Amino acid sequence: MTKNDALARMLTAMADDALIQGHRNSEWTGLGPIMEEDIAFSSMAQDKIGHAWALYRMLQEDLGGQDPDAFAFLRNEKDYKCCHFVEHPNGEYDFSLMRHFLFDHAEAIRYQQLRNSSFAPLRPLAEKLKGEIKYHTLHANAWITQLCRAGEESYARMQSALNTCFPLALGIFEPDEAAEAILVAEGVYPGEKQLKEMWVDRIYNLCAAAGLNLPAEDGVTPAYGGRKGYHTEYLQPLLEEMGAVFRSDPQAIW
Amino acid sequence: MDQPHHSLDPRVNRLHLPESGGPVEVQEGENWNSFEVFHQEKRGAHHEHVGCVHAPNAQLALVFAKEQFARRKKCVNLWVVRSSDILAFNAEDEDMFANNAEKTYRDASGFKVMEKINQFKKSTNDKK
Repeated sequence: MTKNDALARMLTAMADDALIQGHRNSEWTGLGPIMEEDIAFSSMAQDKIGHAWALYRMLQEDLGGQDPDAFAFLRNEKDYKCCHFVEHPNGEYDFSLMRHFLFDHAEAIRYQQLRNSSFAPLRPLAEKLKGEIKYHTLHANAWITQLCRAGEESYARMQSALNTCFPLALGIFEPDEAAEAILVAEGVYPGEKQLKEMWVDRIYNLCAAAGLNLPAEDGVTPAYGGRKGYHTEYLQPLLEEMGAVFRSDPQAIW
Repeated sequence: MDQPHHSLDPRVNRLHLPESGGPVEVQEGENWNSFEVFHQEKRGAHHEHVGCVHAPNAQLALVFAKEQFARRKKCVNLWVVRSSDILAFNAEDEDMFANNAEKTYRDASGFKVMEKINQFKKSTNDKK
């Protein structure tokens, strides 16, 4: 595997996570619990799709990849490299908020590390997204804190959402040994294991402040497979819906 | 609709108002308040009132205000203030201000200073 192959694997996984998470969160548009939250959550979903687009463009411009739109919408399911966490349907708002909380703190840590990446195109992007991701985590923290203090039922639902989300969220950090060995040696980023440890430290403290118990890592089975192209039953229907308009005329100019 | 205290506002219905009509104690975080939002376009500029948001506390009000009022035009900071913390005159007290228009001697417009300012600007430019 060349360094460019390894970079392409990492960028594809990051971009697919952002695209699918953005699409899932956008499904709340018009259905949010209150108007203000509807607007905020939709706005952040747009940000996520913007992050995906920037990464797909980097794949095209710096690594000889395909056209970003075609790559985003026309691949077969097994060629997507997103984690299972982002594929799961929304269900209740507690699940979506908890996913947003765990996912965006992982993003914050990953992009913070990429600000020092040896792969030059990642540095300005990581710098550019800093403020957006800061808002996403601020929004998530405010909701988690508020809902954990809003009575017994509310607290129980947040704890239960955390228990459901945690093994799924560990899938964000699914190892990809061959590619990672190259990327770590080349100073592109510190590797999934190290990012995961930083993430656990960070969310452990935030959960503790909200009174939530973070499940022990060795007591759960991480939801791996996504990075290798093995997906949940939820991804294919999502891809069909997400790409329906694009596939109706892939040559259309928007 | 003959239910007592039935409201079209779900926030009012969630209060479960007693039929006796007695006062209700609302605990912090139990019900939502409105917060006035003030937008600052650049550092040092005034914060200008731009609207309001509903939120259970000031922290979430600020979080909501960011996307409601600062997702398009330039912004460097926001303030939120609980609407009920704002003290205002009653509308019928507007008569206190009625004669303002006559008191032109209070207008700053009577002072002729532009000439001096321009002169000063010119002299500093000359020195450069």
